[in-house]
Amino acid sequence: MIQKLKFKPKSRVREFIGEKLIALNAFAALIAILLIFAFVFKEAVPVFTDSYIQEDASFDKLIFQQEYYEGRPAKWSWQPNSEAPKYSLYPLFLGTLKAALIAMLFAIPLGVGAAIYASEFASRRLREIIKPAIETLAAIPSVVLGFFALMILATVLQETLGLTFRLNALNAGIALGLAVIPIVFTVAEDAMTSVPRSLRDAATALGANPWQVSLTTVLPAAMPGIAAGVVLGFGRAVGETMIVLMASGNAAIISASFLDSVRTFSATIAAELAEVVFGSTHYTVLFMIGSLLFVFTFLINLGGDVILARLKERLQGRIG
Amino acid sequence: MNHQAATATPTTRPGAIVTLEFHPKTRGHIPRGLTLAAVLIILVILAVIIGNILIGGISTISWEFLSHPPEQGMEAGGIFPAIFGTVALVILMVIAVVPVGVMTAIYLHEYTPPTSRTTRLIRVAINNLAGVPSIVFGLFGLGFFIAFVGGGLDSLFYAEDGGPVWGQPAIVWAALTLALLTLPVVIVSTEEALRTIPPELKDASYALGGTKLQTIWRIIIPHAAPGILTGSILAVSRGAGEVAPIMFTGAAYYLPYLPTKLNDQFMELGYHIYVMATQSPDVEATKPLLYGTVLVLLVLTFILNSVAIMIRSRMRKNRAGS
Repeated sequence: MIQKLKFKPKSRVREFIGEKLIALNAFAALIAILLIFAFVFKEAVPVFTDSYIQEDASFDKLIFQQEYYEGRPAKWSWQPNSEAPKYSLYPLFLGTLKAALIAMLFAIPLGVGAAIYASEFASRRLREIIKPAIETLAAIPSVVLGFFALMILATVLQETLGLTFRLNALNAGIALGLAVIPIVFTVAEDAMTSVPRSLRDAATALGANPWQVSLTTVLPAAMPGIAAGVVLGFGRAVGETMIVLMASGNAAIISASFLDSVRTFSATIAAELAEVVFGSTHYTVLFMIGSLLFVFTFLINLGGDVILARLKERLQGRIG
Repeated sequence: MNHQAATATPTTRPGAIVTLEFHPKTRGHIPRGLTLAAVLIILVILAVIIGNILIGGISTISWEFLSHPPEQGMEAGGIFPAIFGTVALVILMVIAVVPVGVMTAIYLHEYTPPTSRTTRLIRVAINNLAGVPSIVFGLFGLGFFIAFVGGGLDSLFYAEDGGPVWGQPAIVWAALTLALLTLPVVIVSTEEALRTIPPELKDASYALGGTKLQTIWRIIIPHAAPGILTGSILAVSRGAGEVAPIMFTGAAYYLPYLPTKLNDQFMELGYHIYVMATQSPDVEATKPLLYGTVLVLLVLTFILNSVAIMIRSRMRKNRAGS
């Protein structure tokens, strides 16, 4: 490879401007995060400050049971469009948790199991099939997974389990799990393959066969990474929108059953924001929910990152 | 002696000394079988999803379907405006995201030491940006781009026009919202490519009298081109499939015209799928068109991803070879 390069004489001004331009752009991600926080939170602030909005959506009314009609027992209710609007976040919280829990129950065994197989047992050829397959799953747009859950999975579940409602937490949770599997798999597999060779060799020298090496040495060493994958997957399950919007039935029911319809935080924003009046109580509460989602996923991601960084340090420290 | 032992195990780790006993007869069929089952279940689910969409959608696909607008309340006709809108959207998005993403990667890799506080801060921001729920991007697009930027432009320049010009859902706001969402994808891919450039090339450029900027422009960017391309394609694939961020920032149920200006609304494939699947008065009548649209979006996504994977694996092989 022979290249002919001719450089024009140095221009200090151009160098200076170029460097500053690049540096300025490099802060785009940081600025974006700050702006997102500022602008989503800004629209939610009236919940804490505006007395008109607090009439219907005070902190107390968002969280605790309310006696909506005199003489009736107090309850939680999300009915923003009724004549006496009710903005209790609890049914939405419960719905989000239900859908995310099912997603995790579905995704953890499959994601971690497949990661263990890919890292410990699979031949090179099989690994060349598993990894692209997971990448393909990750590439499926969430609206397509939502479509699949709505049109196909819901019918299958209803027929095999004899359910009353087609769209429910179970249906949404399984579809959500499909979106979580690639995250759990990728992070867990990455952690296991980065366990240093010396650890494996040591266990083998002590007489362990391959699966004993995995179980007693690799898995414990990679455990924080697997945990990080689960944590990050949970963050995705809570924030994911289109799948739950299409597959969950969107009824804000309070119950312990996983076969009832649920309404999640994210789906509530997606379904209601288009129809609200700019700056109204409903609008403000939806931005409040958005702020909650943002803060929650921010903490989850920060936590996941810290775990992974520590693990990396520890594993690399062991080689040296 | 003691000192040496201390340096060999630098940190106190609980369980650093482990007693391991192995039963030589256990063969590990059960864990192997269980984890293999997990792999097989995932593969089967993937095959079922793709197979179903393929079988359900293939008969709908025709030139008519791809080149005509929806008719009779989306129960007939095609999806041309949605395809057009999606393409226009991702082109605008790429124009916005690629320069910023590439410059960020170059800054992180060429200008600052990897352990500096600035670098770490930017990295934390990138990782967190990648984890922000897509619906929050939608809220942000509405609150920032439409209300703040668009509304601001309107009150500055179009005050006498009456109605909103920029302070309303529009393709440019949707594209910018998606650009923020896909920024981490472009940064990560470009950085991977930057790592494959041998330092000798840079040294040679400096030795010939090249400045830092000239080296970046003439050596680093051309050599990182495959990575930049991979990142752009992955960003397009991601952007084309996202619905939540564009629902309030520019996508429309149905439009009789194609978007021609930056402040027009537009139709989009993913949003079209959502609308047909959930808002249709007659689900059975729209079903073939719905399946066809899903197939088009899925094929588009898969083609983009395979191309990106191919470029990336070639890049990695080159690196291994050199």
